[in-house]
Amino acid sequence: MMAMSTRTFGGLLCVAGAMFITAPILIASAPYESTMGLVQKIFYFHVPSWIAMFLAVFICGFSSAVYLFKEKPAADRLAVAAAELAVLFGLMGLVTGPLWAIKAWGVWWQWDARLTMALILELIFLAYLLLRAYGGPGSEKLSAGLALFGMANVPFVYISVNVWRTIHPTTNVLPSLSSSAPGMFGPFVWCMVAFLVLFVVMLTARVRLEEQRGRLEQLYLALER
Amino acid sequence: MANFFKIAWLVTRKDIRVETRSWEMVSTTLFFATSCVLVFSFAFVREGRPIEGAAAGIVWIAVAFSGTLALGRAFERERYQDAMRGLLMAPVERAAIFLGKLLAIVLLMAVVEAVIVLFVTFTFRAPLFRFPGYLVALLATGTIGFATVGTLFAAMLLRTRSRGVLLPILLYPVTFPVLIAGVGGTVALLQSEPNLDLVRFWTALLVLFDAVFLTLALWTFEPVMTE
Repeated sequence: MMAMSTRTFGGLLCVAGAMFITAPILIASAPYESTMGLVQKIFYFHVPSWIAMFLAVFICGFSSAVYLFKEKPAADRLAVAAAELAVLFGLMGLVTGPLWAIKAWGVWWQWDARLTMALILELIFLAYLLLRAYGGPGSEKLSAGLALFGMANVPFVYISVNVWRTIHPTTNVLPSLSSSAPGMFGPFVWCMVAFLVLFVVMLTARVRLEEQRGRLEQLYLALER
Repeated sequence: MANFFKIAWLVTRKDIRVETRSWEMVSTTLFFATSCVLVFSFAFVREGRPIEGAAAGIVWIAVAFSGTLALGRAFERERYQDAMRGLLMAPVERAAIFLGKLLAIVLLMAVVEAVIVLFVTFTFRAPLFRFPGYLVALLATGTIGFATVGTLFAAMLLRTRSRGVLLPILLYPVTFPVLIAGVGGTVALLQSEPNLDLVRFWTALLVLFDAVFLTLALWTFEPVMTE
């Protein structure tokens, strides 16, 4: 991915752009959900943003492990790019979620298992970015340790919030959507692919930026000697 | 292997000796934990009666807050005269040093927790001593999990400038499962009809958390402490 040519990158960028332009048309033509109506259409952007976030979390965790034990700078660049995307896509999910919730459930926020888990993961990767921003020199290794712990935490957060929620009042969350409505499935897959292409484009751009930054730093150091 | 534990114990003993000469960490952490409980009493006592179920949350928040204070202090001491560098330069396995520091923190937190539990039992009329075995199991597994993550993070933050701010920022999100499990288990213990199955489930989850994170911490301590 790091050696992606400018042409491939430009092509992917165009594909992502075209897909996002056509996505609203497809979403508008998809059938209405019977109980929630129009507001359910947030689903087409909400779910892909969470999937993109989880992808980013695992890319960040694994490349951090590689950086920690193999000391490859490329792995660290990939990790920081993925961490930023995790926060970005997580934020998209956290913004679209309450917008949907206020219409569907009547409240902005519900201490539901999935919501709590999403918030915790968002906080872990925000902490990662804070550590990188304010940790000073040497914070790459420390943040790699944090990302590894953050990734290992995913199953624990998942189990604990699921059980924790069951002893609290629950509401009828997320009715099953994709299995019962084939008309919604097409636009959903379209949006999912659009998000994944966008994800790859942004990840590549961010990794390249980090590479250039590293090179610039080396040049400055060489100049000072 | 025996040598590994011997080295860990030497590090723990060093920390205990430093502490028993000044009693600085025990006294300050205890004072802080007590004032934490007091702060919560203002929020969770209505018309002279504590809100039901508040005691469990108060115990765990006091443990987490005072634990963070202790972690920061325990490693701040290692900065004096470059003590940490000396420790790391010793020709021993670094994981043993980590284990020694961890054990010292766990022992300190155990002392503080004993006092917190007594204090909350008195002031919040919480039946914390109804099932002492279960409570000790929850607190022990929770403390080990919290301290494992905390010791690694506090150690690696030694080199950074804003470590005082960064420690709680990094530590709390990663230890949320410990707090959820700890509070969940304690609430289940304190209910008018205790749900012991749920307590056992949370304790088991904490044991699993401890096992995974202790392994990860022992494994990553060496690379994160290498400059």
